[in-house]
Amino acid sequence: MDGACGNTLRGAAPIRTALALPRAPRAPRAPLTSLASLTLPVLLLLMLLAAPRPAAAVDATPPMPTAQLQQRYLALTHEFRCMQCQDESLADSEVNLAGDMRLLVHDLLLQGKTDQQVRAYMVSRYGEFILMKPPVDWRNAWLWSAPAVLMLIGILVAWRVVSARTRLVEQDDTEIPDEAEIDETPPGQTVRS
Amino acid sequence: MNEVPMKRYRFALPLAGFGLLLVVLVAGLMHLPEKGYIPSPLIGKAAPQFSLPSLYSGQGPVDSGELKGHWSLVNVWGSWCATCRDEHPTLLMIHQLEQGRVPIIGIDWHDDDADAMNWLGQLGDPYARIGADREGQVAIAWGVYGAPESFLVNPQGIVVYKQVGEITPQVWRDQFLARIDANDPQAAARDAAALAGGG
Repeated sequence: MDGACGNTLRGAAPIRTALALPRAPRAPRAPLTSLASLTLPVLLLLMLLAAPRPAAAVDATPPMPTAQLQQRYLALTHEFRCMQCQDESLADSEVNLAGDMRLLVHDLLLQGKTDQQVRAYMVSRYGEFILMKPPVDWRNAWLWSAPAVLMLIGILVAWRVVSARTRLVEQDDTEIPDEAEIDETPPGQTVRS
Repeated sequence: MNEVPMKRYRFALPLAGFGLLLVVLVAGLMHLPEKGYIPSPLIGKAAPQFSLPSLYSGQGPVDSGELKGHWSLVNVWGSWCATCRDEHPTLLMIHQLEQGRVPIIGIDWHDDDADAMNWLGQLGDPYARIGADREGQVAIAWGVYGAPESFLVNPQGIVVYKQVGEITPQVWRDQFLARIDANDPQAAARDAAALAGGG
C-alpha cells in the first residue's frame, strides 16, 4: 500500500509532509520587519496548499457507461468514508483501499444493484462508521435532534434573561434624571458636542 | 418577590446540563476501549464467502471451505506491512504450538507474489493455506482496513473475534485461546502449560 496514508495499522492518520520553509540565513537583527515580510508569502503558500485538487486526479476507476450511473457512482463514493484516512470520503482519498472500494462500488452498480443495496453491503462489512452521515433512525434521534434542542434551550435561556431584565426596569421607579444633570466627563476633560 | 424560586432554577439548569455532558462523555469513554477502534459487524456472523488463487503455484484455490470443521485463524498480511513483521514470530509460535488444531489461513493483501514468497522463505511459513488477494476485493469483504488484521473463526464457520493490529503472545492467550478453550478445560490446561513452557 502506498499513497498518502501510509501502510500500517488502521488508518494511521494521513502523514502529510510537513511544511518546510527554507530557512533564511540569519539576517542582521530586525525581527519584526522580517517576520512581517514573511507573512504574505506564507499566506499565499497556505492558500495554494488549501486549493482544491481536481477530483479526476484521485479517482482512476473507469467511468460508468451512462451519465445516470456515473451520477449515482459519484453520489455513493461521496457517501462512504475512507476507512484509512477517516476524514475523507472514498471519492477524495488517494489510498489503495479507497481505490479498491471505489472499484467495488463501480462493479456493484454495473451488476444492477440499487444504491440501498450498495450501502447495505458496505455497512455489513465495515459497520455504520463507513457512512459519512449517520443514518436517521430512532437510535440516532438524539444525535440529529441535538442541534435543534440546544438551540431551543439557548432561546429559552435568552428569553428568560431578557424578560427578567425587562421586569427589573419596569419595577424600577426611580426617576430618570435629566440629561443635562448627567455629567460623566471626568474633571479636566472637554467633550466634543 | 418571586426571586427565590428563580434563583433555585438558575442553579439547577447548568447542573443538569453538566450532568448530561458527563453521562455522554463517560458513555463515550466506556465504548471506546482503544482510540480508533472500529467494531466489526462480522462478529457472530458467518465468515464471508471468498475464493482466492493460492499464493503457491500448483495449489487449488483458497476459499471459505477451509474454515469449516475446525477453529481457524484468518490473518490478513502483506510483505509491505511493517507490523506484520513484528507479528510473524507469534504466528510461527502459534503454528508450532497448535500443530494443526487452529490452522492459520493467510490472506496476502495487495502484495507482490515474489515479495511475499521471499518473505516466507526468509522468516518461515506459519500458514496452512495462503490466498493471494491481488485486487484487494476479498479484504473488503472481510471489512479489513489495515494490516495486520486477524479473525478467529469457529468450527461452524462463524467469526467470533477480530483483532485489529498485531497478535502478541498475550493477545493470542487472552483473546484467541480464551475463546477456543472456553468449553474445553482440558485443552485450556494443556495450552497454559505449552505457553508457559514455550515462553
